[in-house]
Amino acid sequence: MTTTLWSWTTSLLQVVIVGVGSLILIGFMAKVKARAEGRVGSPVTQPLRDVRKLLRKERLHAHHSSLVLPFAPMIITATAVVAVWISPLVGTHPVMVSGADIFVIVYLLLTGSVAAALAGLDAATAFGGMGSSRAMTIGALAEPALLVGVIALAIQSGSSNLAVIVASTLHNSDHAFGPVHLFALGALVIVVIAETGRIPVDNPATHLELTMVHEAMILEYAGPELALVTLGEAMRLGLLFSLVANLFFPWGVATSSSAAALALGVAALVAKLLVLALVVALIEVRSAKLRLFRLPELLAGAFALSVLAIVMGLVTR
Amino acid sequence: MRFRLRRRDGALRGLVRRPISERVTERPAQVAGVYLRGSLQLRHVDVGSCNGCEVEIASAFAPHYDAAQYGIRLVASPRHADGLLVTGVVTHNMEGPLRQTLAALAEPSVVVACGDCAVNGGIFSDAHAVVGTLSDYVTPDVTIVGCPPHPRDIVAALRSLGGR
Amino acid sequence: MVWYLLALAFGAAAALAGVVLPRHGRVAVSMALGASSCALALVASVQELVCGVAWTVHVTQLLPFSGVTLSLDPLAALFVALTAMVGLAACVYFLGYAHGPTASRSGVSVFMLFVLALLVVPAAANVMGFLFAWELMALSSLVLILSEQATRPRARSAALWYAAMTQAGAVSIVLGLLLVASSAPGQDFAQLAAGAAHLSAAQRSLAFALTLVGFASKAGAVPLHVWLPKAHPEAPSPVSALMSSSMVTMGVYGILRVGEGLLHGGNLWWWVAVAALGVLSAVYGSLHATTARDFKRLLAYSTIDVMGLVLTGVGAAGVLYDTGQREDARLALMASLLLLVAHAAFKGSLFLVAGSVERATGTRNLDRLGGLVHTMPTTTCLVVIGAAAIMALPTLSGFSSEWLLLQGLLHGFADSSTPAVIVMLLGVVALALTGGLGAVAFVKVVGIGFLGQARSEGAATAVEVSRWMRLAAGLLAVPSVVLGLAPGLVVNTLSRAASAALGVGAASPVARGTGLLLSHLSGDIAPLELLVAVVAVLAALLGANRALVQRRARRVAAWGCGREEQTPRMQYTATSFAEPLQRVFSDVLRPQTDVEVTHAVESRYFQESVTYSQHIADVVEVRSYRPLISLVMRLGEGARRLHNGSIHRYLAFGFVALLVVVVVLS
Repeated sequence: MTTTLWSWTTSLLQVVIVGVGSLILIGFMAKVKARAEGRVGSPVTQPLRDVRKLLRKERLHAHHSSLVLPFAPMIITATAVVAVWISPLVGTHPVMVSGADIFVIVYLLLTGSVAAALAGLDAATAFGGMGSSRAMTIGALAEPALLVGVIALAIQSGSSNLAVIVASTLHNSDHAFGPVHLFALGALVIVVIAETGRIPVDNPATHLELTMVHEAMILEYAGPELALVTLGEAMRLGLLFSLVANLFFPWGVATSSSAAALALGVAALVAKLLVLALVVALIEVRSAKLRLFRLPELLAGAFALSVLAIVMGLVTR
Repeated sequence: MRFRLRRRDGALRGLVRRPISERVTERPAQVAGVYLRGSLQLRHVDVGSCNGCEVEIASAFAPHYDAAQYGIRLVASPRHADGLLVTGVVTHNMEGPLRQTLAALAEPSVVVACGDCAVNGGIFSDAHAVVGTLSDYVTPDVTIVGCPPHPRDIVAALRSLGGR
Repeated sequence: MVWYLLALAFGAAAALAGVVLPRHGRVAVSMALGASSCALALVASVQELVCGVAWTVHVTQLLPFSGVTLSLDPLAALFVALTAMVGLAACVYFLGYAHGPTASRSGVSVFMLFVLALLVVPAAANVMGFLFAWELMALSSLVLILSEQATRPRARSAALWYAAMTQAGAVSIVLGLLLVASSAPGQDFAQLAAGAAHLSAAQRSLAFALTLVGFASKAGAVPLHVWLPKAHPEAPSPVSALMSSSMVTMGVYGILRVGEGLLHGGNLWWWVAVAALGVLSAVYGSLHATTARDFKRLLAYSTIDVMGLVLTGVGAAGVLYDTGQREDARLALMASLLLLVAHAAFKGSLFLVAGSVERATGTRNLDRLGGLVHTMPTTTCLVVIGAAAIMALPTLSGFSSEWLLLQGLLHGFADSSTPAVIVMLLGVVALALTGGLGAVAFVKVVGIGFLGQARSEGAATAVEVSRWMRLAAGLLAVPSVVLGLAPGLVVNTLSRAASAALGVGAASPVARGTGLLLSHLSGDIAPLELLVAVVAVLAALLGANRALVQRRARRVAAWGCGREEQTPRMQYTATSFAEPLQRVFSDVLRPQTDVEVTHAVESRYFQESVTYSQHIADVVEVRSYRPLISLVMRLGEGARRLHNGSIHRYLAFGFVALLVVVVVLS
């Protein structure tokens, strides 16, 4: 397989798997939670059905909203798709991997968060503002932990390019189980839970508006726009899970341009995603949602772990 | 608990079981077959109930009856929902919010009247704060009778809408 | 060289036109001359940056006793270019903005003098010329702050603080420069640089510390920043834009010129101090920006934040230079300079937009704005671009510069000494913290100030401002986009500027097409390709939308949880938006809340009204400056007792003073 063909195949596979698979992943996490609660629960493919149904409904725009309301879901999804397109999830050479800097990914995700927050404020309701305010507060506290954590990984690998970090972890197994990776993993798991809005940071299934964070921002969306928001948020979750899986457990990623390696890469990615989803779902089952003003303690703890990761990296150099 | 109900039309209802899903219009079949296909999200509105129906609805979504396995879910916003699940008789204070919630639904949508109060006023039909029943504002697509309705009747009625 | 001198001539002509011409043509002619002056200066500086050869000219007639030496090397040319870019936009903006007191003779001519002074400061290459230009810059901006005092009640207090702190800083700079000049044969900076070798290490450190106090205060470094959030909101908007985009950069220019150019890098710990100031400013500025309600005060604190990041980069560059890592030092300095240029563009644009909003709605209070996206769509587009740039969203200039700064810091970690590693760690932490907080501040600005429903009468009746004001803000939005999409185009000129600052040789190129590729350090971004990818996906989604969704969107009332009446007052305000963060950081921000209860006349059990007010004052000002000021006032009061009117006491004072002077001199 030529390099260009391999790159395009890798990227397309990634987008398809993370695009469709993240919806299934959300269904899987709901299923795990239901089973833990003693219920049968929705089928794993339920989110796909929800999205299909939503596409047939009508769109509603609030009176005082502007173009921001219909555009924000597109921006959330587009930034998530591009971030998946360029990250090394299935193989280490997707298209444009030279531009796949980890800061690009982090700030693409920030663009999506900002778009969602602006959409919440655009509808001119109290709940939208509340959701935006809380989501941006959590983001402001989680962003430092995320950035410092990935900087710790970048320092250890000598570059902030994602493919280089993944390749360096593959080749140096002492990095993979070293203190830097351990501390950074702890910090990034907390940050991923915060960014994707799972318990204990936010309850995605709540009906009570005063307990909502992410849900409150999208309260005004109906029909196809809601479907796009759901898809975009799911892809962000899939991307974050895949990044955590591949940065810390990169074994199985396709490094050579052969069909067998790609197939192994796909299988490895799916397996890692399922394991990570299982872990997060079990964390959700075992904990309760924290009140908003306890979250800074949690996120400050994540930040402290990240800073420790860098310090460990410097000490053990 | 055995009790007798006195209703407006004079007929007595005891513990006689009624058919659980009386399809009032043609819409549910179309909605279920074309649009819903295994995914039904409802917004619950309590316009003035005694909470008995709410307890039964909670049981319908709880582990034993588990409506979620058929793709049925309760959501927070009527914009996200395919319809309303209304309990209780329409009271004075909740009349406006009911209208607002009906207006906030995205078409196509359904309305489910759950419990005797929502269907025909039930035991509160001539109380002082009551301004009407759900049928005075919108024709419900599915009615679930019972005071309170049994959770399995609720699940069966919703499954008839959702198509799974 | 000719272009630059021509630019100065046009600037002087513009100032003269402002004084001489009658009101009818004053603004138009003066601004036309001013805009030409800035354009010529831009051409001169770009030419200098591209060719890289410094020139010097000595003009004896301008100042008595010493004359003025003007010299442009790539570093100075960068600052001149920055100023010229913002000055051009400010002149265009002035055309639409000028009214009443701002269009008076003093308003227009002093504005042109301010622009002229800003163009001269980077080029001044002897001590007297530099100080003259510096003072001209300070005094003209002081006059301009007071130009609208009739409509702004806090302008006088702001001007007083600004005057006091600027003059104190100027005194400090004078002392520092005189100390450096004491061992040099002449006044020119080149002679000072040669003579600095004869100074002892302690003298050099003292000189650097003195000049650092003055320049850091000008750049808005905490704890010397207190004038900035007072002065920038009270000045007219084009002046605020110039102050925030170019005047504060003169502080950074001064640090670079004195620290690296004159004193040749000096001690490692100087630069650690600069970086520490930078980290403190960045975190402090972003925290206060997050909780500010006044649009321009928020932008002023954001300036402190970004200047803090720039100072961190400069400090990191200095530390790396002193530990011998020349390449990494140049990279860090390039990143700081790119951040300066990017900041000038987007902050200038944002200040001009703030002025437009204030003109259209009559208020700067974000709690009273909203709904402007419907009445002022162009301005909203411009503010979205500026806010996206400052939040460092990808493909815009803020992202390219912060990425480069991060790379500079990251690669400084490799085999460095302990102070360098500590500086890098602090810099990385500061960048991370300010990223998240800055996003909150600007989502607040755009979401609450422009989206939603109007929260006051002024906002509801706003109309779009004149085309000059929109054009000016748009002019500055263009570099934000271009620098973000194609940073590779400017990176060679930046490396020349950085090399000129550090005294290092020619640079290794780091451009790859329009993106950036750091060749010997592996890291790269390709913003143009990224934008193409995002636009392609957006186009695909739009196409799918058109194909799949048949019906148009229906306009309905917002879902208010069944609430029957939805008023604009029910929306979130800027204060409530930032309230969770304010609670989290309440130990640093120390908000003061006041609850005032008015009881009914008839009985104390009934309350007629309750008033709640909350105010976040600048902690540094309240805890450090005000006690200092009251101490000085007490000393002054005590000194008054010495003036008891007795002539005998005054004669005794004179006699003792004469004795002391005679003893010291002999």
